[in-house]
Amino acid sequence: MRHVALTVNGERHELDLEPRALLVYVLRERLGLVGTTVGCDTSACGACTVLVNGEAVKSCTMLGVQADEMEITTIEGLASNGDLHPVQQAFHDHHALQCGFCTPGMVLASVSLIESGEATSENAIRIGLEGNLCRCTGYHNIVKAVQAVAGVS
Amino acid sequence: MTATETAPTTGTFVGTSAKRREDAALLTGRTTWVDNMAPFGTVVMAIVRSPYAHARIKGVNLEAARAAEGVVAVFSGADLAEDWKGSLPCAWAVTEDIKMPPHFPLAIEEARYQGDGVAVVIADSRALAKDAAELVEVDYEPLAAVADLEKALADDAPLVHSDLETNECYVWKLDAGDVQGAIDAADVVVTRRYVQPRLIPNAIEPRAVLAQAGPTDEVTLWSATQVPHILRFALQLVVGIPESKIRVIAPHVGGGFGSKLDVYAEEALAVALARRLGRPVKWTEERAENYVATIHGRDTVHELTFAATKDGKITAVSSEAKCAMGAYLQLVTPGIPLLGAWIYNGPYDIPNYSVTFTGVFTNTTPTDAYRGAGRPEATYVLERTMDALATELGMDPVELRRKNFITEFPAQLASGLTIDSGDYHASLDKLLELLDLDEIRSEQAARREREDVKQIGVGFSTYNEMCGLAPSRILGAIRYAVGGWDSATIRFQPLGSVQVVTGTSPHGQSHETSWAQIVADRLGVGMDDVEVLHGDTAVSQLGMDTYGSRSLAVGGVALWHASEKILDKARTIVSHQLEVAPDDLEFADGAFSVKGSPEKQMSIQAAAFQAHSAHNLPDGMEPGLEATAVYDPPNFSWPAGAHAAVVEVDTETGDTRLIRYVAVDDVGSQVNPMIVEGQVHGGITQGIAAALWEEAVYDEDANLLTTTMTTYLVPTAAELPSFETDRTESSSPMNPLGVKGVGETGTIAAAPAVINAVVDALSHLGVSDIQMPATPERVWRALQEVKS
Repeated sequence: MRHVALTVNGERHELDLEPRALLVYVLRERLGLVGTTVGCDTSACGACTVLVNGEAVKSCTMLGVQADEMEITTIEGLASNGDLHPVQQAFHDHHALQCGFCTPGMVLASVSLIESGEATSENAIRIGLEGNLCRCTGYHNIVKAVQAVAGVS
Repeated sequence: MTATETAPTTGTFVGTSAKRREDAALLTGRTTWVDNMAPFGTVVMAIVRSPYAHARIKGVNLEAARAAEGVVAVFSGADLAEDWKGSLPCAWAVTEDIKMPPHFPLAIEEARYQGDGVAVVIADSRALAKDAAELVEVDYEPLAAVADLEKALADDAPLVHSDLETNECYVWKLDAGDVQGAIDAADVVVTRRYVQPRLIPNAIEPRAVLAQAGPTDEVTLWSATQVPHILRFALQLVVGIPESKIRVIAPHVGGGFGSKLDVYAEEALAVALARRLGRPVKWTEERAENYVATIHGRDTVHELTFAATKDGKITAVSSEAKCAMGAYLQLVTPGIPLLGAWIYNGPYDIPNYSVTFTGVFTNTTPTDAYRGAGRPEATYVLERTMDALATELGMDPVELRRKNFITEFPAQLASGLTIDSGDYHASLDKLLELLDLDEIRSEQAARREREDVKQIGVGFSTYNEMCGLAPSRILGAIRYAVGGWDSATIRFQPLGSVQVVTGTSPHGQSHETSWAQIVADRLGVGMDDVEVLHGDTAVSQLGMDTYGSRSLAVGGVALWHASEKILDKARTIVSHQLEVAPDDLEFADGAFSVKGSPEKQMSIQAAAFQAHSAHNLPDGMEPGLEATAVYDPPNFSWPAGAHAAVVEVDTETGDTRLIRYVAVDDVGSQVNPMIVEGQVHGGITQGIAAALWEEAVYDEDANLLTTTMTTYLVPTAAELPSFETDRTESSSPMNPLGVKGVGETGTIAAAPAVINAVVDALSHLGVSDIQMPATPERVWRALQEVKS
């Protein structure tokens, strides 16, 4: 067991973790933050994407102990004071989700893409979201939602 | 989240793109996926799976696993043999002499595909269960295996089930008219062979189950399933608990595409072991496991023949198909080809018709329903052969299609069914307006002229399909074991809110929103007054679930009929209390008013309160305002449309890029155009993916080679363009909503449009066919072949 301190959605948690525990399972099973989902076991699908120190990270590619002293944002922490984050709102407005299983990762990857200034065109958005798979939407409305928030046509 | 509704008036919501009520929870992580749950005392199940495609199980040593940390129990297939009252069910014995080998949740003597379960470990956590599973020692004697369905039919092929003495599962035929006569009399006969690869559905949520036994033999199963009702009765057959003691809950379910329309070994195992152990048992599939343990789709080889006159009138279609079953028959495995059996003529008037399917066992994961189920297979071979015939005749492929369109509706087909409605020219006209074909052809001519490395092509697919599964009598006639109806219950609460209980089970299709639109309109209440309940057999007792683009055309129509019953009873109450004849009342904007004196009125919500207080009801009337309707459709519904793909092919590398995809669909009336369009986008994408990227590949020994999402190419946003979509509307006369179904149309239409485009791009170089998926290697090889 290793003792770590994670700040998740602004709240500090001190935990003793098994070294092999992946961050995604720490979030889901130790902290009960089940909004983050697991869609594969090869870091291909991106469903488990969270923000670590502001950057999109597939939380199945990182051990919980590696996140010691880091700040993590999960889908549960994105809205503030009951107001959806603009990306969440745009996903709703543009029908950018159907079953919703990939949505938490897709939303957080989109937030990171927009905040990093890389969402400069439809094509840049499509390439920027390459690490996140969706099987329902064909990405059409996801891309439209991100374009709307990023202000690119 | 802001409410989107306006004042509640009848006809306010249906036909509008109301935003989804499902989104609020899904966008903020307040979800109920099965894997999110673990009642107190839950233990975790891991399955030990055969690494061999075919092997005799000579012994299973469980001692080391049983001694491992955190292990609660370990069982082999033999240990649990007595737990099963029956085999995992196959509900579709398509012929009288079909071979239906038993299929138990764990293999006992032989493993017949890579991934077949041979033992199960129960431990305190996911990690400990996996650790212990690695300690199970199975003594396998590898046997010869076969994965290729044509090789499986050879005389010397390894037998998947040696006691059957053949790998042929069944032969099913449908003949109408005189196909041979038409071929003999034809000016032109075109025959083409098509291989349609095996596909992996890839719902992003893997399967998951959680079973909890209660104190009096009842059991609750949470499952990531499309079919909680079907699962409930199937579990009785496998585990032996009466259905009345089984509760199946499908909470948030993360996509299905047919892959969760099944009764799986893990569902039966979790129930049986929760009862044995007296603790909740949970299993969550990993993706690598999903690729072998959850059904696959397609895997067929067709030979399609057209007979035609020299001016392009098709006089006969004949299809011979071999269809892989995999190692066992899952819930509807043998019936999947039959779902396409009546659309080998598609939207075309073809008087002579013959379809034959041969089901074939192979040492592979069982196949079953994958989006479109039988209809993409039929449409692919039909629409590819339309292009082949056009080339043969020197005709424009669009003109050939127009020349053969059915134009009179309802249309009685040679094969026996009747198409409800349609206007195939209208969809094609609209498609051509959006496409600007002249511009594409001129660009194509210019690139050909200058021998550009990058050539472009355009491909068409004018399709129809039959969905809205299904009239129960027809299902019975084609030997499907259960009915095709669905149910709706509408219940006014005393203070006027409305509960809708549906027998459909959404997993991304937005029923909560669309069903509320339908009911709010019919009852004249606000959408926010309507709560839609589903996916729990304790709440929704009657249902046939969600698959085959059936939910709106069957379950949605049931809502309409239940609404009519509610209005009838409310009208009787109002008529009694206002002391007027029922016929003197008119219903609008949620209230009954007396014709001629509109100030005398009572809202439906007030009538609901009166129904519950029961102080002043007509003699003999039962209190409460609730109604159930069970609707059995009189016919399938028949969506149709016209799609076109434009591709650019690099003739040096074989790389194909989809530049445009234009789709005009006719799905009947639309309840929510935004949701319809979303379904079209997703459906198209799966069809495009089959055409260009996706293929489950087995090696000679029947080992699956595409075992991850990095080797099986599920498309990302980067490979796809934005789509151009529009719709025409031929309302279905079969139901009062005029609806047809949209879940599968895109997948049915898209693959042939894309491959037709690839072939069109290269046709001037001599390429006449590319098998799916048109990978760079396949395209490059096709080009090398025509060069040499």
